[in-house]
Amino acid sequence: MSNHISDETIEYVGILAQLDLNEEEKVKAKEDMEQMLEYIDTLNELDTEGIEPKTHISDTTNVFREDVVTNGDGSDDVLANAPLKKDEYLSVPKTIG
Amino acid sequence: MININELTALEIGEKIKNKEITVLETVDAFISQIEKVDKDVNSFITVDKEEARKKALLIQEKIDSGEISGPLAGVPIAIKDNISTKGLLTTCASKILDGYIPTFSATVIDNIEKAGMITLGKTNMDEFAMGSTTETSHYGETKNPWNLNHVPGGSSGGSCTSVASGEAPVSLGSDTGGSIRQPSSFCGVTGIKPTYGTVSRYGLIAYGSSLDQIGPIGKDVKDAVSLLSVISSYDEKDSTSVKRDDYDFTKYLVDDVKGMKIGVPRDYFTDDMDTEVKEKIYSAIKALEEKGAIVEEFNLSLVPFAIPAYYVIASAEASSNLERFDGVKYGFRAEDYDDLHSMYKKTRSEGFGSEVKRRIMLGSFVLSSGYYDAYYLKALKVKALIKEAFDKAFAKYDVIIAPAAPTVAPKLGESLKDPMKMYLSDIYTISVNLCGLPGMSVPVGKSEGGLPIGMQIIANRWDEANMIKTAFAYESTGEYEKCQMLKGGEA
Repeated sequence: MSNHISDETIEYVGILAQLDLNEEEKVKAKEDMEQMLEYIDTLNELDTEGIEPKTHISDTTNVFREDVVTNGDGSDDVLANAPLKKDEYLSVPKTIG
Repeated sequence: MININELTALEIGEKIKNKEITVLETVDAFISQIEKVDKDVNSFITVDKEEARKKALLIQEKIDSGEISGPLAGVPIAIKDNISTKGLLTTCASKILDGYIPTFSATVIDNIEKAGMITLGKTNMDEFAMGSTTETSHYGETKNPWNLNHVPGGSSGGSCTSVASGEAPVSLGSDTGGSIRQPSSFCGVTGIKPTYGTVSRYGLIAYGSSLDQIGPIGKDVKDAVSLLSVISSYDEKDSTSVKRDDYDFTKYLVDDVKGMKIGVPRDYFTDDMDTEVKEKIYSAIKALEEKGAIVEEFNLSLVPFAIPAYYVIASAEASSNLERFDGVKYGFRAEDYDDLHSMYKKTRSEGFGSEVKRRIMLGSFVLSSGYYDAYYLKALKVKALIKEAFDKAFAKYDVIIAPAAPTVAPKLGESLKDPMKMYLSDIYTISVNLCGLPGMSVPVGKSEGGLPIGMQIIANRWDEANMIKTAFAYESTGEYEKCQMLKGGEA
C-alpha cells in the first residue's frame, strides 16, 4: 500500500493531536488514515505546478483596531465553567517539579 | 382556528402585529409541539422554555409600544448548538462541552434579539458539525420527520427537523461543507449558506474557519431570506467579516427570471445519483426555463477533487481550532490523570467522539512537518483551481443549478458504517464552501417513498440577488407541502 502509516507515525500523530489511543484504537486509526490518504492522493492527478496556494478566498486584508476592552468583567461567569478551580484561579495538575 | 405551528415566520410576525395572536401564545404553541414530538424526532438538545416565555412578555410590550416593528418581531427561533448563547448551555453536541454556559452571545444572537425574535432552544447536530447525518451527536441521533427511520442529514439536522416538524418557525444552522443545504434538502425546508463574510462568525464555535458560515433555515424562500437579512451584518469582532452595501435581501424576492442565465453542470448529473432526484431537479429547471430563464449545460470540471481537498483543509483547520478543548477552562475533564499532559490527553480522548478524533488526527498529520507540502499545500492549490473553474462558469452564467445531495435521506445507521460513503454524499455542496460562494437548497418535491428532494442554487460571491430571485421564481411556480406536522407517538 502506498500510504503505509507506521506505528511511529500514529504515535507521533497522537502526540500532536493530544489524544491517548489504546491498541485497538491505534489499529483502527491507522486503517482509517491510510484509507483517507489513499483517497486524498487522487489530488496528485492534478498538475498544480506554479499555482499559488489559496489559504483564504476573500481578497480582504487584515483588519486592525485599538485593543480596547468593550465587555465587562465576566470573570465569575468564566470561572463558573471551570471543571476545577481554586479561589479565582483555574486549577490544573502541578506543572513544575 | 389557525394552527400557529403551520404558519410561516412572516405570517406569524404579521398576525402578531395585527394583534390576531400574542407573542406568548405563539411561543406556547411551539413549546407544546416540542413537548409533543421531540421525544420522537430529537431536534433539541436544550429547550429554554421558561426564558422564552418570559421574553415573550417583554417583546410583546416592545411591539405594543412600537419600540420593535420588524417583520419577524415576536417570532420564535431554534438555534444550532454550536452558536454561543449567553447563559444558555452550548454543547456542539459533544461530551467535551458538557455543562458549558457561554459568557457571551454570538453576534447573530444579538442580531435576532434586536429584531425581537425569541430563542426556543438549542438544536441537535453532528458533534462539532462533523458529519452529514446528525448521528454523531453525543445526545443521540435526530430523525427525519418525513420518515422516522431515516436520517435528517447534517450537520444542522436538528435545526432543519425543528422547522420541518412544526417545532419552530425558523432556525439557524451553520454550513462548512453543506451542513445547511444537505439537511434542508433531506427535510424539505429552505436553507441558505451565504457568501463567506456576510454573516459574522463571532461566537460560532469554529470547525473549519475558512469555510464556516452561519445561515437561515425556513419553511419557504421568503422566510429564509427575511431571516438572512436579520442576521447579516458587518462585525469588527470577526476579522473575515466584509462590509456589504446593503443587508436587505428581501428586495430580491421577485418572481422574474426572464433572461436569467442558468448553467447546469453536466458533470454533476452522473449515473451515481438517484434517478428520482435527477428527474425532480430537471423538471424544476424546466419550470424556470418556461418562465424565461436561459438554460445551458456545461462542464464545470474538477468535480471529483473537491471532497479530498476539503477533507485536508477542513481537518487541518479543525485540528487547530479544537486544540482549545483540554479540560482546563470549561466542559468535561477526565477523572483519572497523572499530570497536566495526561489530563489533556485523557480529557480529549474521553470527551471527543470517534468522527471528531478521526478528523483531528488527519488534520494534525497533514499539517505536520514532512507532510505539509504534499497534503496541505497541495489541497490549497487544488482549491485555487476549483475557484478558477467557478470563476469561468460565472463569467457565463448568473446562477448554477445542482442537486443538494445525490440521494434522498438514507436510513438511520447506514452512513456511519462507511464514513467514506458519507463523505462522498457532500459532493455537490463542498465546492461552494471552498470558494466562499452563496448557495441554497429549495424543495422541489418528494421521492416515491415520500422523502423530500432539494435543488441547490449557487451564485457568484456577493450575488445573493440572482440566487434569491431564482429560488423565489421557482417557489412561485407551485405550492409545496411546507411542513410535516408530527402528531407525536409516530415512532
